Amino acid sequence: MATEITLEVARYRPGVDSEPVMQSYQVPLREHWAILDGLTYVKDHLDGTLSFRWSCRMGICGSCGMTVNGEPQLSCATFLTDYAPGPIRVEPLHNFPVIRDLVVDIDDFMTKLPKVKPWIVREVQSPVEEGEYLQTPEEMDEYQQFSMCINCMLCYSACPVYSLEPHFLGPAAIALAQRYNLDSRDEGADERRDVLSSPEGIWACTFVGECSAVCPKGVDPAGAIQRYKLTAATQSIKELLMPRSLSSRRKG
Amino acid sequence: MNRRRSPEPLLWMLFSSGGMVAALMVPILLFLFGVAFPIGLLSTPSHAHLYAVLHNPLTRLVLFGLCALALFHWAHRFRYTLYDGLQLKRYAVPIVILCYGGAVVGSVIAAGLLLTV
Repeated sequence: MATEITLEVARYRPGVDSEPVMQSYQVPLREHWAILDGLTYVKDHLDGTLSFRWSCRMGICGSCGMTVNGEPQLSCATFLTDYAPGPIRVEPLHNFPVIRDLVVDIDDFMTKLPKVKPWIVREVQSPVEEGEYLQTPEEMDEYQQFSMCINCMLCYSACPVYSLEPHFLGPAAIALAQRYNLDSRDEGADERRDVLSSPEGIWACTFVGECSAVCPKGVDPAGAIQRYKLTAATQSIKELLMPRSLSSRRKG
Repeated sequence: MNRRRSPEPLLWMLFSSGGMVAALMVPILLFLFGVAFPIGLLSTPSHAHLYAVLHNPLTRLVLFGLCALALFHWAHRFRYTLYDGLQLKRYAVPIVILCYGGAVVGSVIAAGLLLTV
């Protein structure tokens, strides 16, 4: 096996480059090295100006998402040897503005996420003395896979609808809304509905399914969206047929 | 809070039910009329028999449902193919008229054919 592999890394230095340019680096090809280890080697030994985000190095923090040979990947969970003999093309996540090199601006997602209230909403908070809100294992199974989301943005990078419609709420935000909608302790589904069932919400999704294909945590955002489409469509039709019964149930 | 009224939930319901009925029924019809009858797996019903089956109101209703819902499935999918695939969303109004109008016209033709055979 070769002892080195070439990383072709997209560089964009504001004030220096007018557009991203590719730069090649030779890094050691070691069996247990992920793309992230290769990039760290570049930064430590070859070019200290290379910028990229990372934190946990173990697929938990969701910081190190990059485009590797055209596919959105967590660079800590994607190994150099899988791409041997190379070269490996490493670019920033698609569909996001690039701040510098491999670092992208995710402010759009950070603005959208709180709109779906991704936390447990209660009409009346029980006092702490009453203890926990209990839940059966079956009730937990309902939402658990959606709670595995690490906000790594690979799904937004893979989503062709998000690339065409930047206003689209996006896969992770909708999956996280469903994570709480499906939680037996939550009472906020109605508050989330206006955002989720708007044209920029679930209805923008055309079920391409790339979000679920690229998710490194096995979350199925496409499934969450389809499931919510059925919920929202059923509610809309009920409201159309029985406008009073539902509107009287809703709070102001 | 006022909700924006949108026909999207209804259109999606038609789309999704069209996909489901087409997936369930078209293979059965294809198997019967495309494979089983022509190669003699099943004895071919006579013209008079099929004619009688077709005159049952239930058969007409089911076939109409299949035709109309499948057309609305097509309309919805084709609309988004034109929007996203060919990036023609700027022509949204004529596309909507062409797609859903086409499905309505097709459904009327299907109803007419089913009622007049």
